[in-house]
Amino acid sequence: MTAEDRSAGPPGPGAGVGPAAGADPRRPMLAVRRLVKSYGDVEAVRGVSFDVHSGEVVVIIGPSGCGKSTTLRCINLLEEPTGGTLRLDDRELDFSARRTLPSGRDLARFRARFGMVFQQFDLFAHKTAIENVMIGQTVVRKVPRQRAHRESRDLLRRVGLEGMEDRRPRELSGGQQQRVAIARALAMSPEVLLFDEVTSALDPELVGEVLEVMKDLAREGATMVVVTHEMAFARDVADRVIFMDQGQVVEEGTATELMESPGNPRTRTFLARYHRGTQESAGREGG
Amino acid sequence: MGYDWDFHMIFAGYEWWWLKGLAITIVYACATVAGGLLIGVVCGTGLLLNRWWLSAPIHLYVETFRCTPVLVQIVWFFFALPIVLHAIVPGGGLDLPGWLAAGIGLTLYMGCFATEIFRGGIISIDKGQWQAARAIGMTYAEMMRHIILPQAIRRMVPPFVNQSVIQFKNTALLYVVAVPDMMYTGYLVVADTYRPLEVYTSVAIAYFVILYPLTQWGKRLEARSDR
Repeated sequence: MTAEDRSAGPPGPGAGVGPAAGADPRRPMLAVRRLVKSYGDVEAVRGVSFDVHSGEVVVIIGPSGCGKSTTLRCINLLEEPTGGTLRLDDRELDFSARRTLPSGRDLARFRARFGMVFQQFDLFAHKTAIENVMIGQTVVRKVPRQRAHRESRDLLRRVGLEGMEDRRPRELSGGQQQRVAIARALAMSPEVLLFDEVTSALDPELVGEVLEVMKDLAREGATMVVVTHEMAFARDVADRVIFMDQGQVVEEGTATELMESPGNPRTRTFLARYHRGTQESAGREGG
Repeated sequence: MGYDWDFHMIFAGYEWWWLKGLAITIVYACATVAGGLLIGVVCGTGLLLNRWWLSAPIHLYVETFRCTPVLVQIVWFFFALPIVLHAIVPGGGLDLPGWLAAGIGLTLYMGCFATEIFRGGIISIDKGQWQAARAIGMTYAEMMRHIILPQAIRRMVPPFVNQSVIQFKNTALLYVVAVPDMMYTGYLVVADTYRPLEVYTSVAIAYFVILYPLTQWGKRLEARSDR
C-alpha cells in the first residue's frame, strides 16, 4: 500500500483523523523544526526537524535512548521542549519564547488535537473499557453522554472489542487494553495520532492484533507518527521512516530506501543488528 | 483478695456527668478530625504544587507536630498560646479560652497526619494515569476530579480511618487541661466516690465500644481498596 492509495480512499467511518477540508495538500500538517529537549545538562533531543503530511504514516526508529520517545512526547507537549518550533496546521509554537506558549486550558485543548497511545496502555484503572473511551468525549469535548456512549461502543467494535464494554482494564489482556487505549485516543477525533512503542510491553502473541488495528487506521487515511521497534510494520505501513540516534535525525526516507539501502553507516549498523535478530527468532514478527 | 465491685454507685446520680463527658469526647473527636481533614487537604495540596515557599512552611508545621508528643502540644496550647496571643495582639484584645486552645492543638496534630495521608494518596497514583489524562486534553482540574482523586481517595480512606481512631483516643489527654471529656469526668467521679476500679474500667469499656466498630470498618475498607 502506498500513500497514494490511502489519500485516494474515502476517510474511515467516524475516524476523525485525516485531512482537513480545503487544506493545501503540499503544506505539511505537522512541522517540527530544530526541536530541542534538555534535562539540565543532558540533551535528549538535539535539533530534530521533520514534516508529517495529512494522511501520512511516519515511523521513527532508532536504538534505545536515542530520543525518539521524547520527541514524540514533545510533539503533544507532555514534555515541554526547550527549543525549536512546532506547527500543527494553523497553530505555531516557538519554544524559545516561553511566554507565548499555551498554558492551562489552552494547552490542554491543544494537546487534545493529538491522540496518543502509550507503551504501558495507561487505561484509567477505575473505569470500564467503554468509560475509558467516553471520558474524553464527555469531559473535554462536552459530548452528551448518550451520544458519547454510542460512539464509544462503535469505536470499541472497530478495534474488535465488541462485548468487552463493561470490563475493567485488569480484566483485559495487554492486547485488548492497548486496543481500548487506541479507541480512547480516536474518540477525541485527533488530527494526528502518536504511537509510543505501543507493542513493546505486549506478549509476542498479542502484538499482531494491535498492529492490525494500526494498519486499518493507516489504510483509512489517519495521520500517524509511530515510534516502534517493529521493523516489519515500518516496512509495510510507513510512508516515510526516520532513523534517529543520539537525539538527532540521522537519516530519513521511504521505507524501502532506508531499510534496504541505508546511506548512513549508523543506520546500517542498527538495521544489521535488527536483521540478525529476526533471523535468530524467525517468525516472531507481528502482523 | 475480695473486692466488692459496685458499678451502681458510680452511675447513680452521675448520669448527666457521664452523658456530658461522652458528648464532649465525641464532639472534640469529630471536630478535630474534620478540622484536621481540612488542614490535610489544604496543606497536602500545597505540598503537591511544588513551590518551595509553600512547601517549606508546611514541612516545618508537619515535622513540628509529628516530632513532639501530643500531650506536650495540648499543654503548650492550653497554657502558652493564650499568653503568646495576648502579648502579640495589640491592645491585649485577644483572649483565647483554654478549651479552644487545646482543641486547636489537637486539630493541628490531626492535620499534620492528614496532610501526609492526602499527599501520599495522590502521589501513589501511577504516573501513567496522569499522562493519559493530560494526553486526552484534560485540564489539571478535570484530571484531578475525574481521574486522580477518585482513585486516590479510595487509598486515603483506610489510613484516614486509622488516624481518626488514634485521634479519638488522644482526646482523653484533654483531661490534663480540665476539659470535662469522658476521662476527666471519670477523674471527677473517682474524687466523689473513691471507686477508681469501676470508673476507669467503665471508661475503658466505653472507648472500646465506640472504637472497635470503627477499626473493623477501617479493616474492611482496607481490604476493599486492595482489590
